[in-house]
Amino acid sequence: MNEIAIEAHGLTRRFGQVAAVDGAELSIPRGRIYGFLGPNGSGKSTTIRMLCGLIRPSSGSIRVLGLDIPRQSEELRRQIGYMTQRFSLWEDLSARENLEFLASVYTLGPKRAAQRIAAVMEQYRLIEFQSRPAGTLSGGQKQRLGLAAATLHEPALLMLDEPTSAVDPQSRRDFWESLFALTAQGTTILVSTHYMDEAERCHGLAILDLGRVVANGSPQQLMADLPLKVVEIETEDPSAARAALHGLDSLRSVAQLGLRLHALFAPEEPDAVGRVQALLAARRLKGTVRVAAPSLEDVFVGATMGRH
Amino acid sequence: MLPAPLLRIRAVAVKELRQMSRDRMTLAMIVGIPLLQMMIFGYGINYDVRHVRAGVVDLARTQASRSLVAEIASSQVVEFVARPAGVEELRRLIQNGELHAGLYIPPDFERRRIDATRSVAQVIVDGTRPGVDTAVRAIQEAPLPGRSGIPSRATPAIELLNEFNPERRTAVQVVPGLIGVILSMTMVIFTAIALVRERERGNLELLITTPVRSAELMIGKLLPYVGVGLVQTTLVLLLGVLLFDVPINGSLIDLYIGACLFIAATLGLGLVISTVATTQFQAMQLGFFTLLPSILLSGFAFPFEGMPRTVQYLAQVLPLTHFIEILRGVILRGASLGALWQPVLKLSIFLVLALALAASRFRKRLD
Repeated sequence: MNEIAIEAHGLTRRFGQVAAVDGAELSIPRGRIYGFLGPNGSGKSTTIRMLCGLIRPSSGSIRVLGLDIPRQSEELRRQIGYMTQRFSLWEDLSARENLEFLASVYTLGPKRAAQRIAAVMEQYRLIEFQSRPAGTLSGGQKQRLGLAAATLHEPALLMLDEPTSAVDPQSRRDFWESLFALTAQGTTILVSTHYMDEAERCHGLAILDLGRVVANGSPQQLMADLPLKVVEIETEDPSAARAALHGLDSLRSVAQLGLRLHALFAPEEPDAVGRVQALLAARRLKGTVRVAAPSLEDVFVGATMGRH
Repeated sequence: MLPAPLLRIRAVAVKELRQMSRDRMTLAMIVGIPLLQMMIFGYGINYDVRHVRAGVVDLARTQASRSLVAEIASSQVVEFVARPAGVEELRRLIQNGELHAGLYIPPDFERRRIDATRSVAQVIVDGTRPGVDTAVRAIQEAPLPGRSGIPSRATPAIELLNEFNPERRTAVQVVPGLIGVILSMTMVIFTAIALVRERERGNLELLITTPVRSAELMIGKLLPYVGVGLVQTTLVLLLGVLLFDVPINGSLIDLYIGACLFIAATLGLGLVISTVATTQFQAMQLGFFTLLPSILLSGFAFPFEGMPRTVQYLAQVLPLTHFIEILRGVILRGASLGALWQPVLKLSIFLVLALALAASRFRKRLD
């Protein structure tokens, strides 16, 4: 399983003056779920589209499943499944008709088509509404149909561009269960997201920001290697506490979570807890201050800090 | 301070104007539609028909016959551009659509001149063209040279022969062209919308990740519309025959080959529009934008002979102009496609150019 599914060097795409993707280096192993985490406009979609051969890179090289992209894009199309946040099947065709159409486009042949359609309908619980127009399905049902369509031809690689943005939390859980089932069968999955909990489920992760890969590794490794110090402050008056922290030169970021403040400090800060306690005491604010374990969100904030 | 309802109305109106100013296509239409309409109705459409292409067959070759030809030519209603050897050739040229009228002066012209019961010459007019037959009718009133001393005639001096539409029925002139107009309306807009809708709904982004190739996608999408077009052709033709008694003088095979060519040309135009328009609404607007000049300038309702030269050249760019020529030629005048090679060739050139333009603009990529 150490084989590489996707490799990209110096991948760059410019739209006019703006570099949507700027010198990305990627190496994604087979049979894993690899995530792109980043805010909107960080270049996730552009990168995925370049890897599929949908848009050409301005510079850099791409190899996907051993194929040279974009030169061999047509060969790649048989081996990838692609799904976007937006439902892109035909809303006026029924669920079954959509799958039948795609089976024909992938020229599966009548026997394999029938067998695969039956299999994905069973797997993604589509049987009961197979004859309803796809446009009338709920968000979660549409998403299951989308995944069924993307996996109909048993692609070796699945490219998912923010696939869960339009569905409820339960559907998202189900969806991720399905993705793990697919990797168990050997499928490589590349998924972009801006949800931390989803990113944490990936085997490997690249954090993208303003077109650059600013961090990559497994979520656990990224959290363990975070150079910043994380301090959690629990207080009655978080906004006053926040004001008290203001101006501390080693402070990198503060976020409020209910009555708690989550503060990130530069690694050079020798005694973050002590300094926070002193500042709170000076303003007569009560609160408990302690060192906390970094979350993936801290990693994300740390990686994208100072770039905005 | 304005009252609250007025403030809210103003807010909505300002928002509407802002959106309008950002939609370049609508903005272009606001100026484009009146401009186009003014040009077409102001310059293009004119009932004052002049310079109808005509041929003259003068078998008498006397001084009087020559002055009759000169007299008729000086009216400028017809322009004698050909001198066929005989009536047969004259008829053939009218059938092919190269000439629309002809003057025949028989060998016994001089004897007829002094006989009040017989006509001295014959004017043949292509009765399939609206406006032209009426205009040519005026020639009958041409003064006969050296007529003094001859008693007033019981029969008109010049006999008018309305070819292919002797009863001068409007339906005969209109119905064949209607096939072309109806196909233009539906084909261009249907295809443009069908393609743009797929892009608008995100279907295209999915399709281009599948193994289907651009050419396969295009052909697969257009083929059903060729069928739709042929059904429409048949329907109009059947209604024309059953309800309006339109004669079908030519070969049905030639007619359907011509129809296929035109359908392909209009689908090509629809494809080009679909590569320009980004929304279904824009595709609709552009479709109508091409439809208007097609209907008004193609010779369907108004004679070319009443249009200025520049507008006539513009009409040559429209595929409908050539298809109507083919329709009237085959259905009414019984011409073969071979005889109608000129409009067939022009239509083919349009088709090739439209497909080349569409193919160069459509790419199986997003950028």
